[in-house]
Amino acid sequence: MTELTHLTMADALKGLADKSFTAVELTAAHIAAVEKIRPLNAFITETPEQALDMAKASDARRAKGEAGPMDGLPIAVKDLFCTKGVATTAASHILDGFVPPYESTVTANLWRDGAVMLGKVNLDEFAMGSSNTTSYHGDVVNPWTPGTPETWTRKLVPGGSSGGSAAAVAARAALGATGTDTGGSIRQPAAFCGITGIKPTYGRCSRWGIIAYASSLDQAGPMARTVRDCAIMLRSMAGFDPKDSTSVDIPVPDFEKALTGDIRGLRVGIPKEYRVPGMSAEIEAMWEKGIEWLKAAGAVPVDISLPHTKYALPTYYIVAPAECSSNLARYDGVRFGLRVDGGSLNELYENTRGAGFGKEVRRRILIGTYVLSAGYYDAYYVKAQKVRTRIKGDFDAAFQSCDVILTPTAPSGAFAIGENSDDPVQMYLNDVFTVTVNLAGLPGMSLPAGLGADGLPLGLQLIGKPFDEETLFRVGGVIEDAAQFTAKPGFTA
Amino acid sequence: MSLDKATVAKIAHLARIRVPEEELEHLAGELSQILGFIEQLNEVDTDNVPPLASTAAQKLRRRPDVVTDGGYADAVLQNGPETAEGYFVVPKVVE
Repeated sequence: MTELTHLTMADALKGLADKSFTAVELTAAHIAAVEKIRPLNAFITETPEQALDMAKASDARRAKGEAGPMDGLPIAVKDLFCTKGVATTAASHILDGFVPPYESTVTANLWRDGAVMLGKVNLDEFAMGSSNTTSYHGDVVNPWTPGTPETWTRKLVPGGSSGGSAAAVAARAALGATGTDTGGSIRQPAAFCGITGIKPTYGRCSRWGIIAYASSLDQAGPMARTVRDCAIMLRSMAGFDPKDSTSVDIPVPDFEKALTGDIRGLRVGIPKEYRVPGMSAEIEAMWEKGIEWLKAAGAVPVDISLPHTKYALPTYYIVAPAECSSNLARYDGVRFGLRVDGGSLNELYENTRGAGFGKEVRRRILIGTYVLSAGYYDAYYVKAQKVRTRIKGDFDAAFQSCDVILTPTAPSGAFAIGENSDDPVQMYLNDVFTVTVNLAGLPGMSLPAGLGADGLPLGLQLIGKPFDEETLFRVGGVIEDAAQFTAKPGFTA
Repeated sequence: MSLDKATVAKIAHLARIRVPEEELEHLAGELSQILGFIEQLNEVDTDNVPPLASTAAQKLRRRPDVVTDGGYADAVLQNGPETAEGYFVVPKVVE
């Protein structure tokens, strides 16, 4: 049954349609794979019984000719999406025991279209991190770590925050997974694990039922092994939702139709500010290769300037903590999750939140509280919002002269667990190429472009105009064809 | 901007997070480092630049002000660490 877990979603749908196998067989193979990759610590909660029930229902629908666009495809769900009746942790101690009585809109859309849930996957606590090492439920290991679980000495990070999603998909334990991206949390782990992921335009996917980190930046998206699979999955995830006031009421295109391979005459912006000091030569070389691939397919590279790029990270580290300090005020030990008693209500709050939040989450709440406090609000928070206007303005101007932007996804490949952990600012630099996209609300895709000298995958990023995910899929398809990325991680199910 | 221990203790209280005394010093160092990093924003000329709170459509949708959902007291309470008679229970607030 191993080969079933190595299929793409598109091929699995063909196999299900022509009765080569059933959804139950496909799901059973994946349940076995989920068990086999336990050394990666990718899953927080496995839901094999529910998966089999969903697969049986899928086979029944298919038999009646009522199969949906994702019917029978087993996927993993980042444990930031509320799932009715299934524990949802946000990888935090403070949500101990929380079982949502409702389903997030995005996961409800996936189940409506027939997808099968294998379980809930690990992440950085409340999606705050770039290495999946801040989870209360333990670090996730990148399946590209050299050796076998018995011989692993230098375990690599899968990236973050959607590290469990990326590891599960790369290790062939799920055909795809949901991710969320606030500053790079879909694209950077996709790059580190050699898979494809897209953060759609802000407003494309409903945020309802996704545990909030920074509401003006958070956006859900798919992570899968091909551009086409991301197109299939995003079509199911996206759509207008009156329950999210920032959800945009426009039709969801059939993103697969954008995969025409024809990019002749397309203008591809190359931002000079992304050649940051200290960027490795192999990242630079891969970027050049990407430009050559697109030129060979008839696209036209255009030099562009995004002058405020270097200010994106500092802007993010004001805006995101400010929003998170407000969003995470709800974890008070009264209505859900952990409670640590105290003599007064204030003591109960302080004890619960002191015990329940990990160090990175605590740091960000404190920074957010500080920049929003009386006397500092204008100097920090309003200043950051003004710089955010400038960053968005850079992109508005650049898109006057180009149709899509090509950059590396991250300044390096995967690093070892524990590296960068002493210096929060150093860790933040992982997101230097991705965070601009969230601040401007644009769609961004990462796809594997090749392997570095150490044999680890490196990713290229495409950035598009608002609600023009179709161009990303079209150009992504061309890069995918040219890159011929067939390498697999050393550890797979 | 460099934060001292007393300021960190004050912020922690505002955020209602208990921080053990012995962690305050280290935390003050980390937070000061992050604030140092973000202060480079002062280099950017933002005179007459409006703040951007969200990239979403600025005008929020409106709907009739009517009850659209509700009536699940049990579901709302089911995750409460302590509940009684349809209420969440907390330590006594009013003497």
